[in-house]
Amino acid sequence: MNKVQEVFWKEEASLVEGGATLQKRLASQKRINLYLILWIRPLLQSRWPQFLVRALTLAGFVFTIAAGLFGSRVGSHNFAIIFVWIAWWTALKLAFIPLGGRSWCSVCPIPLPGEWMQQRGILEKGGQRFGLSLRWPKRLKGSWLQSSGFLLIGLFSAVTLTDARVTAWVLLSLFGLAVGLSLVFERRAFCSYICPIGGFTGIYAKTAPVEVRVIDTVICATHSEKTCYQNCPWGLYPLALRDSAQCGLCMECLRSCPKDNIAVNVRPFGSDVGQPHHSSRPDEAILALVMLGSALAFSAVFIGPWGILKSAAFAIGSPAWLLYGLGFLALNLLVMPGAFTLAVWAGQGWSGSKTQLRRAVANQAQVLLPLGLFAWIAFTISFAFPKMNYVLSVLSDPLGWGWNLLGTANTAWSPDVSGFSPILQVAILLVGLFWSASIAHRLAQTTNQPPLRQTLPILAFCLVFSLAMLWLMVG
Amino acid sequence: MRETRNKWFSIWRWAALAGLALLVLFLPIPVNATTPVERTFHIQASQFAYSPAVLSVNPGDRVTIELLATDVVHGLSIDGYNLETTADPGQAARLTFVADRQGSFRFRCTVTCGNMHPFMIGKLQVGRNDLLWRGALLAGLVLIAGIWGLRK
Repeated sequence: MNKVQEVFWKEEASLVEGGATLQKRLASQKRINLYLILWIRPLLQSRWPQFLVRALTLAGFVFTIAAGLFGSRVGSHNFAIIFVWIAWWTALKLAFIPLGGRSWCSVCPIPLPGEWMQQRGILEKGGQRFGLSLRWPKRLKGSWLQSSGFLLIGLFSAVTLTDARVTAWVLLSLFGLAVGLSLVFERRAFCSYICPIGGFTGIYAKTAPVEVRVIDTVICATHSEKTCYQNCPWGLYPLALRDSAQCGLCMECLRSCPKDNIAVNVRPFGSDVGQPHHSSRPDEAILALVMLGSALAFSAVFIGPWGILKSAAFAIGSPAWLLYGLGFLALNLLVMPGAFTLAVWAGQGWSGSKTQLRRAVANQAQVLLPLGLFAWIAFTISFAFPKMNYVLSVLSDPLGWGWNLLGTANTAWSPDVSGFSPILQVAILLVGLFWSASIAHRLAQTTNQPPLRQTLPILAFCLVFSLAMLWLMVG
Repeated sequence: MRETRNKWFSIWRWAALAGLALLVLFLPIPVNATTPVERTFHIQASQFAYSPAVLSVNPGDRVTIELLATDVVHGLSIDGYNLETTADPGQAARLTFVADRQGSFRFRCTVTCGNMHPFMIGKLQVGRNDLLWRGALLAGLVLIAGIWGLRK
């Protein structure tokens, strides 16, 4: 058995969704292949534009770590805090993910040095791979570790988000882990299985209007070399891609396809969700629920008026923090999964569905994706917008040492969003709820069970979540 | 014939829902007339909390906030009210204004007071929070739209 045959997506794809069906589905939805646009084509084909952006982000990443370690300890005067948690985190949720899916992954600097070492080259591969190139353990596959990483960051979030030194050490640890894993395991093991941000972007990338897909499945099936798979740093086989959760948009498949059979499509929003045979993985369901629970918890801690909660989240190691940690974990691992499972179970029982509960929960978890993404966007607006003036300030004085490089160090301007922002947050939460309801509708239409009975409890779960977020945002 | 009738019924149903949504959005809700009164709040500010953190007043009330910082310098500004004051430790600062805007407004610390300073937040509630109620009702309508969509 060669490596391509071992790719589980391919095996499942051949069983669940044959190439012809896949092609029919893709053809039935409107798509624009960006690779056919003359001025975009060279930008995607050449490795240079992407490399230049990645070199820039790598330089920014190294500078961020240096600023965190050696700059001011006052968060609002340190480049590391402001650029990571205000500028980048906002851009990720408001632009990169909703419009580009995993587009951040295509320019992320964290896996770069490890990848360069692994392939013994910067732009091109330089002969035999460096490192042990072991397979990632099968039992650790999926997004379990990404969910755990996200929870871990959540437990320490009050300190990570406000202490420049801690932010720098977290970034440094992720960097070290990425390099270390690339020397032990093949391809991008860190990005695929560990990176909590990768988990976050991956799951919501399913709703985004960008995808990399094969054009003609027959051409792929008859191409024996599978150069796309051989060159994919993520270990993916484009023909078998069922959704965009795993694809990091690195474009290596496109560059290595001798038949020009890979497309970079702009597609309708949410093309990957609302199909029953997609996303029936329990690890993805847990990740989606962890994202919902974390959005609730972060909203309560960071924009709520409860000082006792903020102090508990900040006082790491204290009895209050232990209590906070237990509550945070209970919310994410017991309350949210329990309530959602109950909703799915009620729907199953009411409609008389015989689908296995575990599979039904995993399948219905697709409904939670727009709900979660829009909850995070609404949270970001209240969290980051009032502090945007710090971005200009730290550009002039990145280390908080009293510099004024661009003359903007004392900028007091901040967008006055106090009147507009609550209305925007309500609208965003409602759009998320509506989109989730429409996915529930799409899923229900694919079964033979009474759709209303099956879906009503799940919609009720979504409504309760939305009301809780509304109350935390504008209550 | 039956198909046409169902189609018209469906159109009317969605039109009614849209009309209801517009009503929820724009219908003026009568405000309970209350006589404006003077209200004074003594707020203690310490890292990273206000006590009390939630202030409730009626529209038109004349509100005085006496801010007392108990550890380091703290400030207070209210979203949407363009007001700000700063209190040195042990010294009270006063802020007086008329609560002429209805709704829920966050107030925040304006002086860097420690790591969690950006999240030192309190809440001023002026009368009924229409935005929250309208949002909740619209969420209910979204759910009804979802349920209607489910009926074959």
